[in-house]
Amino acid sequence: MQFTDWIADARNIVFLVIALAMVGAAVMVVTSRNVIHAALMLVVALAGSAALFLMLGAEFVAWTMVLVYIGAVVVLFLFGIMITRAPTKADPVRLDHKHRWPALLVALGTFAAMATVTTLAFEDAALPDGVARAGDIGDVLFDRFVIPFEVVSFVLLAALIGGIVLARKDPE
Amino acid sequence: MVMLAAYSEGAAHLTDGGLLAQWAWLIPVVPLVLMFGIVFFGKRLPMKGWELAEAAMLFVAVYGVALLVMNASDGISYEGSVEIARIGSFTLEWGWVVDGLSIMMYAVVGVVGLAVFTYAKGYMKGDVRYTWFFAAFTMFAGAMLVLVSAPNLIQLVVGWELVGLASYLLIAHYWEDHANVVAGNKAFLVNKIADVGLFIGVIIIGVTVGSFRFSDILEAIADGDSALQQVAFWGGLALFIGAMGKSAQFPFHVWLPDAMAGPTPVSSLMHAATMVTAGVYLVGRMFPLFQTDGFAVDVKAIMMVVGALTLFLTGLIALVQDDIKKVLAYSTLSQLGYMVTAMGAGAYTAGLFHLFTHAFFKGLLFLCAGSVIHAVHSNNMSDMGGLRKAMPWTYRTFLIGSLALAGIFPLAGFWSKDEILASISYDSGHGGGTIATVVLGVAIAGAFITAFYMARAVYLTFFGEYKGHAHPHESPKVMTYPLIGLGVLSAVAGFANIPGIFTGFTQWLAARPQVMGDHHAESIDFVLAGIGLAVALLGIAAGTRLWKRDAATQQARDTFRIPVLYPVLANKYYLDDLYAKAVVDPIKGPIARFTNWTNTYVIDGVVNAFGAVSVFLSRIVYQGVDQRGIDLAFNAAASATGEAGDAVRYTTSGRIQQYAGGLFVGAVLLVVGFLIFT
Amino acid sequence: MIVNQFLVLAALLFSIGIYGVLVRRNAVLVLLSIELMLTAVNINLVAFGQYLQDALVSGQVFALFVITVAAAEVGIGLAIVILIFRNRSSANVDELDLLKW
Repeated sequence: MQFTDWIADARNIVFLVIALAMVGAAVMVVTSRNVIHAALMLVVALAGSAALFLMLGAEFVAWTMVLVYIGAVVVLFLFGIMITRAPTKADPVRLDHKHRWPALLVALGTFAAMATVTTLAFEDAALPDGVARAGDIGDVLFDRFVIPFEVVSFVLLAALIGGIVLARKDPE
Repeated sequence: MVMLAAYSEGAAHLTDGGLLAQWAWLIPVVPLVLMFGIVFFGKRLPMKGWELAEAAMLFVAVYGVALLVMNASDGISYEGSVEIARIGSFTLEWGWVVDGLSIMMYAVVGVVGLAVFTYAKGYMKGDVRYTWFFAAFTMFAGAMLVLVSAPNLIQLVVGWELVGLASYLLIAHYWEDHANVVAGNKAFLVNKIADVGLFIGVIIIGVTVGSFRFSDILEAIADGDSALQQVAFWGGLALFIGAMGKSAQFPFHVWLPDAMAGPTPVSSLMHAATMVTAGVYLVGRMFPLFQTDGFAVDVKAIMMVVGALTLFLTGLIALVQDDIKKVLAYSTLSQLGYMVTAMGAGAYTAGLFHLFTHAFFKGLLFLCAGSVIHAVHSNNMSDMGGLRKAMPWTYRTFLIGSLALAGIFPLAGFWSKDEILASISYDSGHGGGTIATVVLGVAIAGAFITAFYMARAVYLTFFGEYKGHAHPHESPKVMTYPLIGLGVLSAVAGFANIPGIFTGFTQWLAARPQVMGDHHAESIDFVLAGIGLAVALLGIAAGTRLWKRDAATQQARDTFRIPVLYPVLANKYYLDDLYAKAVVDPIKGPIARFTNWTNTYVIDGVVNAFGAVSVFLSRIVYQGVDQRGIDLAFNAAASATGEAGDAVRYTTSGRIQQYAGGLFVGAVLLVVGFLIFT
Repeated sequence: MIVNQFLVLAALLFSIGIYGVLVRRNAVLVLLSIELMLTAVNINLVAFGQYLQDALVSGQVFALFVITVAAAEVGIGLAIVILIFRNRSSANVDELDLLKW
């Protein structure tokens, strides 16, 4: 498929914009010299993924993403950053390793491998239009996937207790 | 005139054993269940858990003997199994085999176990971990029964490892003394090294046949499966290396004497019925693999030579030991050498018959030694002497055991040892060639040494003047009754198989669906029997000449100090030092380094060692190279692994991010490999 | 729209996340990078679910599970980071070499 054919679809223009924003934000997350900025850039990347979910007709996942991630997880991160007094000023020496090139090489290698595999596997396979299926998710979650659902709730409970126990100051 | 004939009975006249065989799964399960009973409730019971352990052994003994009696009238061959899990085409099964071989083992484990457990009640009295001891001891017996009842290699490996674990717990029972812990570790690690061989063998054979069940594997052998033929040598050799570890064959024998650190009942059971017999049992179970043309027949020669080396070299060490338990331990090694040699000579029945008789008299000897140690509070024969009068029953039973071990007519050892000699002699004329002839000579020399060191043990312990400081007294009845029981069995067990007159044992073992293709004596070979007996008597006479006169004096131990030879023997051919320097030291160090080494290089090391060991063995076989051969082989294998470990230890930096990077690099490489190869 | 555009984007985000995990010294930033990788996985899951038109909506359901587990992971991860920080006055992963031989 030619790029011109692809871009002719208006939705793909939207996709491209979101994708560029996400990649930019993601790069900022891993390179930013300010930890607070990095966390805020993560919000942008996650918001982008929520937008992609909407495009894919997964509006329930999208809103969960916004609520759980952007609402809760990022706030948690900000707390973590403050408690551990991570350097918020520009100080690349303390934030990054010296060995950036090997890491970049590994990352690019992984990307090349994954992109090659998916391109070989799916080529130009078209994606059906998304249909909102929040109701189906509810049905399936409490029917077919009820045991995993309960297990996950236990995982969360365990994490909750574990988090409290770990982070609590010793009584003495 | 040697009268032997190829033996090719087999599937004829077998019954399925009825209910008794169908319920035989209880044999391993009952001890294991009772083991948990001891762990959880033992301390609250009136006899602190001993009664459960004893009940377990009583059950196994009665069940085993009942099966034995039934098998004697009609051969039983039954195999039951329960599917546990199915992974693709591979089915994991728990099963139980009831056939001649396993029934013999059930009966031996049960009967010897019953005697030893009864005895242990008296011996372990007052021990701080009394209940725990019986839990571990019951597990030991139960694990052996799991191993014996296994219808497939997987369950056998499970039992095999459980036996190893239980033995580790029991050897290090007195863990307050660091040396005992070291002995437990040594037993565990040496066994583990050999177990790698077992695993490789199990995988090679199981994957090639497409099934881990003995019946399928033996059927494939009977059908002349060509795929299995190609790997049979290496698979068989790897299995045999596993067997060498458990059955403590040279050069893996070093763990067994140190295992004497455990309580004496443990030594007794370990040497008689469980643990060391496992290797011989495995070879017996897989016997057609080593016997059928086109399969691992070549391994037999290695087996014979390893057995002969073991029986001769360790027999000599027994001559210079002062610790009475170590004398017996080296004698066990030597007798195991006989069994393995017999297997190597293609004499399935003879090897297992010796296992059968040996179980009784060696169990007895250890219990007697325990009784003596109990009385004089020392393991050393230099602290004993003159105990004949103080401990009459111990003396009488020890004497019976010693004579049986020395192979004096008509006690048990005479018959089984004679059968082995006859088998080797037959083999030397039927394919075994010069090696078998040499091995026959070694085995006869071994008979002399056996009689010689047992005479020494008897004289130093029971004759002359008492040299210790305690006040020896006869042990309580709970300890002497098992001695008497085993003494009677040691005296009569040999009659179970008298060639040409009563071949009960041969028929018991014949109850297997597969043709074993072994050969065994059809009538008594009077010439060999005479030689064996004469040599044994000569050994006793020599022992009497040397030690009876000196038994009274402290000099007794020094009589045998032949220059050069004595220090070599007293230091056990310096093998322990060699292993310590060449194997242990290079790999010792921080735990992570060790783990790393184990993960990455044990396999290499073992493969190197396989190569080195087989090179070494063939050298012995063809050139008769001396002690240097093994030095070089082991040093090479050890330094190779050591250097390799040094080289890779820098990768374990502890840096999480390096590890993560490695993870992704590996993933990418997998993808690339996938793309290239598909 | 084609499937592959989502997959390639996800691969790109995942690789950026890997870069972050490998290169950041601060443990909190490493966790942030891990979140990026998890998001990439979620995009994959939802895209595949859409592509296969699965009656069970398993793609989205699993994305939800991943989000839940990720939330748990962040909670525990940050608790551990705080604990380490308290013990060693540093949250730098390269100073943590307890796994070293």
